Amino acid sequence: MPVRTYLQAISDGLRQEMRRDERVFLIGEDIGAFGGAFKVTDGFQQEFGEWRVLDTPLAETAIIGACTGAALVGLRPVAEMQFADFISCGWDQLVTVASKQHYRAGTAVPIVVRCPSGGGFSGGPFHSQNPESSFAHIPGLKIACPATPTDAKGLLASAIEDPNPVLYFEHKHLYRRLKGEVAEERFTIPFGQARVHREGDDVSLITWGAMVHTAADAAERVAGDGISVEILDLRTLIPWDRDAVLGSVGKTSKALVLHEDTLTGGFGAEIAATIAEHAFEDLDAPVRRIAAPDTPVPFSPPLEQRFIPQIDDVAAALRDLAAY
Amino acid sequence: MAVAREAEPVGSLHEVRQAGLDRADLLRIFRDMLLTRAIEERGHILYRQGKIPGSFYTGRGNEAASVGVAMAMGPDDIGAPLHRNLGVHIVRGTEPWRIFANYLGRTDSPSRGRDGNIHLGDARLGLIEMVSHLPAMLPVAVGCALAFRIREEHRVAVAWFGNGASAKGDTHEAMNFAGVRRLPVVFICDNNQWAYSTPNALEYACETLADRAEGYGFEGVVVDGTDVLAVYREAHRAIEKARLGGGPTLIETKTMRMEGHAVHDDASYVPRETLDEWARHDPLDRYRAWLRHQVGMTEDEEDRLSTEVKKAIDDAVARADASPFPDPDTLEDGVFAAAEEVDAPHFR
Repeated sequence: MPVRTYLQAISDGLRQEMRRDERVFLIGEDIGAFGGAFKVTDGFQQEFGEWRVLDTPLAETAIIGACTGAALVGLRPVAEMQFADFISCGWDQLVTVASKQHYRAGTAVPIVVRCPSGGGFSGGPFHSQNPESSFAHIPGLKIACPATPTDAKGLLASAIEDPNPVLYFEHKHLYRRLKGEVAEERFTIPFGQARVHREGDDVSLITWGAMVHTAADAAERVAGDGISVEILDLRTLIPWDRDAVLGSVGKTSKALVLHEDTLTGGFGAEIAATIAEHAFEDLDAPVRRIAAPDTPVPFSPPLEQRFIPQIDDVAAALRDLAAY
Repeated sequence: MAVAREAEPVGSLHEVRQAGLDRADLLRIFRDMLLTRAIEERGHILYRQGKIPGSFYTGRGNEAASVGVAMAMGPDDIGAPLHRNLGVHIVRGTEPWRIFANYLGRTDSPSRGRDGNIHLGDARLGLIEMVSHLPAMLPVAVGCALAFRIREEHRVAVAWFGNGASAKGDTHEAMNFAGVRRLPVVFICDNNQWAYSTPNALEYACETLADRAEGYGFEGVVVDGTDVLAVYREAHRAIEKARLGGGPTLIETKTMRMEGHAVHDDASYVPRETLDEWARHDPLDRYRAWLRHQVGMTEDEEDRLSTEVKKAIDDAVARADASPFPDPDTLEDGVFAAAEEVDAPHFR
């Protein structure tokens, strides 16, 4: 299998879907002639033409609203937010229109909104956020947060195939840093099925996105102390794989939930509450959460490093839990 | 000074025939306007009787603007009408009993009790359901037009908004994008002078809202929204222009909201003399007089239409009322669509 970066896997997936389904088109700012701020769609306009790789004015409301309209008449739009942060400008179109359309009107809205998310490169308060939990609270939206090149490609195919509005959070910090073997042929990865990133017996570490790799480094570090960590990569938050989480916690009796988004009201709270409700008898320790503190994402490197959960933080929490 | 074109009123039958309407069309327009008003009048009564939950909105004074535009749409065109545009639903063929069922929150309504009042649509009729966040449907309609352009179909999207919604950013983004790409979309601004209790002087500072079209690179037209035939003529012109690749048009229909924002609102903030003045231009009275004078509509014909409308309303209310309330056990059904639903798209 060819080795592809996380970013190349997304490009490959998009290109494959566009070649197999002429209903699929891309819409966003600077995605056409320029190939996208991160070059995910580099060369696409030459292959698919101006009307299937559509540059728009700077207008997220128009972009997402247009996706809904085009989807209602039979197309499969894939929008790019230049940065996930800018999705706030299109909130109404997602939350008020697209998410509620099927429930109240019975017509499907098969759209994908790609959201380059996450920090780690001094992007500051407006180019670094992970806004997934805001949307996880909205009934009718699905959410994918791939952590590996293979998942990036397979979850994207599933997102485009899905008859519902899907937010696809692609972590910018993984774009070119992460490589892996990715099957060349088309494949899908079903939503709502977590992936065991590492098997273990002592502590369950539940996470997604770029934090999967922070978790892996931390697990490796504590392995030397004889602590066996099971890492569960949720892959999708809506729907999320409760059974896999409860199953893993049933085995290890200890749970650490980790995310890069801020703590209060983060999706980790939902997971922790679910474990408390449904696996209380299995637990040998309180459920722990590690997340960013409740601040905007800071710009300056030492501040940002303190903000984003680090390997040391995770390793320390794993040791605490193991010793509990 | 206004830059938008001001449409002439429609005068003679000859002019109307040139616009492509025959006598049957003209009487059908009258019938649809009567039916529109009658449904809302009956709805108002049902609301006062406590049968309609929530609130209730009417479009009294806007019947000509709604019916005139809808008559100009083609069968494969798509529209996103709002809460003062019941007439659009009527012209496109929404059955009155389904409208009442939606008012009443019944299970056989278009929204299956999930949404109320005139938040309804029908994919088979090319009607998209409005949301309350105005003008959120404008970008959606632009997306329909974009799809038509991508697939090179000769179809047009028609999007409604109002003088209040004109102040919100969605309007700008939708029109700017449509203008840049010359998309086949027609924007209809029903300017009924009030946004809830806010007068136009506090909504915008330009002379007419249609003037803004110039800034987006397309034509703006102001038309008397109480003149159904003038509305039809301008909408027809704009829709066919869009169909032929001529890009968007913004049509501002000048109307008056003759009742409150919703039925709980007595609109005491609207000067009585303003309403009296507009009442003299009531769209139904005006068109009735025109039909009698220009087309020779007889009292018999008019009686027949009125009787037909009254019976249609009685039947519709009975049928809607026979539909049960939704089963609470279905509360969680339908949040997400199933895969097979999009293999056969609801909208063509």
